[in-house]
Amino acid sequence: MTLIDLANPSRFLALAGRILPWLVAVTVFVLAIGLYQSATAPDDYQQGATVKIMFIHVPNAWLSMFVWGVMSIAALGTLVWRHPLADVAAKTAVPIGAAFTFLALLTGSLWGRPMWGTYWQWDARLTSVLVLFLMYLGLMALWRAVEDPSRAARAAAVLTLVGSINIPIIKFSVNWWNTLHQPASVLRMGGSTLDRAFLIPLLVMAIGFTLLFLTLHIAAMRNEILRRRVRTLQMLQASKSAA
Amino acid sequence: MTALAALVRRDVSVAMRVGGGALIGVLFFLTVVVLMPFAVGPDLALLRKLGPAILWIGALLASLLTLDRLFTADHDDGSLDLIVMSRTPLELACAAKALAHWLAAGLPLVAATPVLGLLLNLDATATGAVALTLLAGTPALTFTGMIGAALAVVLRRGGLLLSVLVLPLSIPVLIFGVAASNAALSGPSPFGTPFSILCALSLASLVIGPFAAAASLRHGLD
Repeated sequence: MTLIDLANPSRFLALAGRILPWLVAVTVFVLAIGLYQSATAPDDYQQGATVKIMFIHVPNAWLSMFVWGVMSIAALGTLVWRHPLADVAAKTAVPIGAAFTFLALLTGSLWGRPMWGTYWQWDARLTSVLVLFLMYLGLMALWRAVEDPSRAARAAAVLTLVGSINIPIIKFSVNWWNTLHQPASVLRMGGSTLDRAFLIPLLVMAIGFTLLFLTLHIAAMRNEILRRRVRTLQMLQASKSAA
Repeated sequence: MTALAALVRRDVSVAMRVGGGALIGVLFFLTVVVLMPFAVGPDLALLRKLGPAILWIGALLASLLTLDRLFTADHDDGSLDLIVMSRTPLELACAAKALAHWLAAGLPLVAATPVLGLLLNLDATATGAVALTLLAGTPALTFTGMIGAALAVVLRRGGLLLSVLVLPLSIPVLIFGVAASNAALSGPSPFGTPFSILCALSLASLVIGPFAAAASLRHGLD
């Protein structure tokens, strides 16, 4: 089975049906371990128990960028290879990515209140993530503005690729502009500065959230394919009764 | 080459004539600047401090207002289809159209800045700095806005969507434009650094804009 075989929606549906129960089980398992580990992680000597917001906040923030990356690859699939499932993947990833971005902003602001004394600050990282959220919402609006899905796919693909310029800006914003948000501490040259007691639950949670995204995405793709089939059947029915 | 020059000449003259709408942008710019003292109060010291930001927001909104005309008129009368079908590469044709749009709608905004600076109590150096940053930054607004205009023209009634799609992309231009103007006005930080980033943003959008706009026109108009 290659990537080209998956281009057949029926094959994809069959595969998704076989994979999804396992994926759900693994996701629940990993998230349960991650949540247990983060609940039992020691309190930080400065931040106290509020450091545990990190285990939710950081995976959401990673996923907000990761989903845009997935959408960019799907956009290439739409524009370059005309892969018929690429636009389904791109369309269904947008609301999920928007949700992750919103949760990252929300948990960040709840964490920022006790730590920085403010819910919101016009800091480089916070502002660029807010812009990312606005771009997700714009993409959702664009998908809904066009009736023909394949036409909407190509318009959205162009915008996704242009918007992907924002992703490295978000990633490096904390290193380029030294504002309130702390600089990168997990993925950096010379190893992580995080203590093992925090790093391991964080990585488990990140894997769990990525699995959660994969599960939601495959389920949403399956729904989208079925929705398009229903639409096609309705159109056929309508044209039959008209004739 | 002659085809592109003819395209530029045609677009500029259409925009400059009655109903072309290029100078409406300047009028809108003036209105936004006049509204500001009513909103923040007629405090001249405060207005002077906010001046660069007000001028930049006004220019941004005015250029957004006129962007809608970049492709829609040609789409309505069918000449956009001819441009897409012609032997000239569509990327170059898009760049030529954006250049014409900037000459007709962006450059008048820069020219109006000294007069509007006077209304906001800006001194000569500050006005010059804002005008210079607008001169360097408005091409970036036009060329990134063109992507949104191309997306909007293939949808029907995409005008409102255009602003939602384009504004997030224009935030970096706004940040560095205002940063450079403020540096010239008051700040201890040098003018050169944000100004060169602004120029870099314009050059980058000059490369990306025509390709993205041509791609969405090609895919959208079948």
